[in-house]
Amino acid sequence: MTPFHGWEMPLYYTSILDEHKSVRTAVGLFDVSHMGQLFVTGPGAVEAVNELIVSDLAQTAVGRACYTMLLNQQGGILDDIIVFRVGETELLVVINCANRQKDVAWFQSHAAPPVQVGDHSAARSIIAIQGPQAAGLLGEIAGLRISALGRFDVMAVPGLGLETWVSRTGYTGSDGFEVFLPNRDAIELWRRLLERGQAFGVQPIGLGARDTLRLEAGLRLCGTDMDETTTPFEADLGWTVALGKASFIGKAALARQKAAGAGKRLCGFQLEQGPVPRQGCPLLIGERTIGTVTSGTFSLMLNKPIGLAYVERDVALPGTAVQVAIRAKSYPATIVKLPFWRTQTTAATAQPTGARA
Amino acid sequence: MTIPQELRYTKTHEWVRQESGEVRVGITAHAQEELRDVVFVELPAVGKTVKQGEPVAVVESVKAAFDIYAPVSGTITKANEALQTTPQLVNQDCYGQGWFFAIRPSQSEDVTALLPAEEYGKLIAAQAH
Repeated sequence: MTPFHGWEMPLYYTSILDEHKSVRTAVGLFDVSHMGQLFVTGPGAVEAVNELIVSDLAQTAVGRACYTMLLNQQGGILDDIIVFRVGETELLVVINCANRQKDVAWFQSHAAPPVQVGDHSAARSIIAIQGPQAAGLLGEIAGLRISALGRFDVMAVPGLGLETWVSRTGYTGSDGFEVFLPNRDAIELWRRLLERGQAFGVQPIGLGARDTLRLEAGLRLCGTDMDETTTPFEADLGWTVALGKASFIGKAALARQKAAGAGKRLCGFQLEQGPVPRQGCPLLIGERTIGTVTSGTFSLMLNKPIGLAYVERDVALPGTAVQVAIRAKSYPATIVKLPFWRTQTTAATAQPTGARA
Repeated sequence: MTIPQELRYTKTHEWVRQESGEVRVGITAHAQEELRDVVFVELPAVGKTVKQGEPVAVVESVKAAFDIYAPVSGTITKANEALQTTPQLVNQDCYGQGWFFAIRPSQSEDVTALLPAEEYGKLIAAQAH
């Protein structure tokens, strides 16, 4: 167990790499109830939230979800969040637990009646079911209609309890679902998933593999790979930004940066072999420091060390040869396109059921 | 937890096996269990002179890197090159194929001053509480 922003969470149940493999080849269960759940409701809820995020919720229909960002006036990233449009004027906003109090205050200070902002984090849980067998397993419990959910779709599943939503989202790069539900139903669902999951090779997953999975999929960790000193363009998440929207907090700063060009950009890099790059390690070309590592790990699927780093924009190009300095030694590395690893649907569905038995 | 009787131990979780004229060094079952998932090992150069207690190798798990200390002063005579390509041997066989390096001690009394199995067992039991 390890302390994590006021929670005690398992770093691993068996081993980080074992758990990583389970998610990539079978199915893993994550208790991610530490994440915050806000409900923004009432007439004008969509418009109010739209003022706080870089994306345009006009593009997000009821039953859809949107990965987006909250910015400060300087365009710095306060948090990355997912907004689930669960009703016409009802939004479920899932936020990082480290930013919960800050985010809640931010939403509340920018919402006026009849828009209501409710922080339901303490009363609600989140269970993520991730991996090529996730649809099979959750389908047995929630009914076959969940397999009709597309990526970033969300639907209410009353069969799992009241006030329960299921989305086809996750933080692993593999196919999967997240279930948002009241605490009173969470333990029962977890038990059923573990029990029914035996035939699917289910494995509970700790924080360690959560980090290696997200990094291998090229997903940023807020607070580590981006923060209030970095913009969505610098974090290479410009695709989330709708500069065509009439207004949102941080828009002017982003428009200026778009015109001038960001000076640094978050990139992926990999080593053919060698030690694991860690946060703070410098990236170099020859003697010149061109960047700094924000996250690093060992990729099980590539069998190589990988990392994310902010680098000068002129060298932030896939194929560029660089060096990474680790414990005063320098190792050759290459800038690569993200994600490091991508699921192949045909290969994933070809995995035999219950292969771990 | 396996703690072979015939080995000597350090407080920093290295084991030492006396062989003819040299000692072989690795990390204990307790250490590899704490580390889990070893993904990289950095070994000392053969011929290097090392002092007791100085960091001479590095073992990395997915989560972090840890120093391996010289249990005795002397000269490095061997390094386990198999760990360069198969670092998981440290997890699979920590007292056998997962050894790190060998040292020719400059003072033989260094080895006898190391912890016997029973004392090392008490040490890790105490750390668990």
